Amino acid sequence: MNKRVVITGLGIVAPNGVGLDTFTTAIKNGTSGIKHDTELERLQFSCQISGKPEVSTELSLQYFTELELRNFNSSGILYGVIAGIDAWKDARLPMEIKDEPDWDSGTIFGTGTSGIDKFRESIYKIDDFQTRKLGSTAVAQTMNSGISAYLGGKLGLGNQVTTNSSACTTGTESILMAFDRIKSGQAKRILAGSTSDSGPYIWAGFDAMKVCTFRHNEMPEQGSRPMSASASGFVPGSGAGALVLEDLETALARGAKIYAEVLGGNVNSGGQRGQGTMTAPNPVAVQKCIKNALENAGIHTNEIDAINGHLTATSKDSLEIQNWSEALGRSGVDFPYINSLKSTVGHCLSGAGSVESVATVLQLHHGFIFPNINCEDLHPEITDLIDASRIPQQLIEKELTIIAKASFGFGDVNGCVIFKKYKNL
Amino acid sequence: MSREETILKLKTIVKPYIQNEEAFESLTESTDFINDLKINSANLVDVILDIEEEYDIVIDNQSMERMLDVKSAMEIIETKLSEK
Repeated sequence: MNKRVVITGLGIVAPNGVGLDTFTTAIKNGTSGIKHDTELERLQFSCQISGKPEVSTELSLQYFTELELRNFNSSGILYGVIAGIDAWKDARLPMEIKDEPDWDSGTIFGTGTSGIDKFRESIYKIDDFQTRKLGSTAVAQTMNSGISAYLGGKLGLGNQVTTNSSACTTGTESILMAFDRIKSGQAKRILAGSTSDSGPYIWAGFDAMKVCTFRHNEMPEQGSRPMSASASGFVPGSGAGALVLEDLETALARGAKIYAEVLGGNVNSGGQRGQGTMTAPNPVAVQKCIKNALENAGIHTNEIDAINGHLTATSKDSLEIQNWSEALGRSGVDFPYINSLKSTVGHCLSGAGSVESVATVLQLHHGFIFPNINCEDLHPEITDLIDASRIPQQLIEKELTIIAKASFGFGDVNGCVIFKKYKNL
Repeated sequence: MSREETILKLKTIVKPYIQNEEAFESLTESTDFINDLKINSANLVDVILDIEEEYDIVIDNQSMERMLDVKSAMEIIETKLSEK
């Protein structure tokens, strides 16, 4: 029994906007959420700019009790819970507390690490012989599945409650895992999404690898430059995105608003063979992932109206465009529109796939293509492959039918999901 | 410190953790932290840490195990204070 799967709720906690309305306006206007980061400067990072969502204590108290916020120190769980609950409410699903778990609903909410600040705090205590003073929530905040556990409890979810992890592919993968579970009839509804902590302790490793830009510390908003000739590394970001995926019949029966349909997709790995390594993608695998996603979704390459790329603003951007172009057999003016949300939010790491998927679905729902910023100097290797007009630098208002979204992560892992504007056919 | 004062202080300490307002309002020496106040058992350790901080005492593992109601908490606090 193959069910159709639709998206009925969205939630977003992004560096350039918390909440759907603010975020939609920000991406349409190309508003940057990248700012100077005093903490990174103090710690003498090479890259001293970052993308962090702004979440006040007042806002946190709408999602957590005062007790839960005592000794709470996990930004990833904070972002994930806000995005997740918002998506649930946006889908007009019930929030009242019942004794019986909701057996039909689950969550697959990914992250790369959990509560790294809490972890650091705990380690200092342990080494100071203060283990007994860790309190009761050190485990819940630092276990990787902390985010799905918090959400599962707040929503009373009784289906699968788990956390997936596949580096920067995490958020795209969680959508596809949810899709598979609903399609096969094992759940009616899955809250899919991903989150990433913010701060020096999550970002330092990337800074040390010299994959973050150090050339734009004085011009934060111009720092994230996907597809630009002057791109010099990604800007570290953080945040969470959440999508309620639901069996079409169930969604229709309860009269839910339908944002889009998930047609299908693919996840694979390049096995760190060929040109693939721990940190670089194997192009053969990337192209295979895209092709298999189209096949799984049952669509032809010509049907793709737009692509939301991974495009981090490193030297790999040209290779990504080449992979898309070869996989789709489309180039020049025939290439679909392509954009990268990272130009305004930075690279949200394990949160990226879901934050960017929310943006992608909003484009389908409202009929627009958000502008890329900071690529007025397009990389010549990219314009050799595709026409500059395919890389919008101004908002385009346009009805779209199909958008492909892909993410690629450390470990040579890939994910590509195909979203379609919902039409009841 | 009088027993009334200790009870009052304990009330302030456990307040954030309780899930039964009625039992909390009518708290006496015989009130049980878990059964009456419905404090999540995982939170008991936080209650004890807060007590330690408030009274500047250290509550050993054996005492912790016994600290399930207001009466035992008061006894343990008293003992630990007298040992200071």
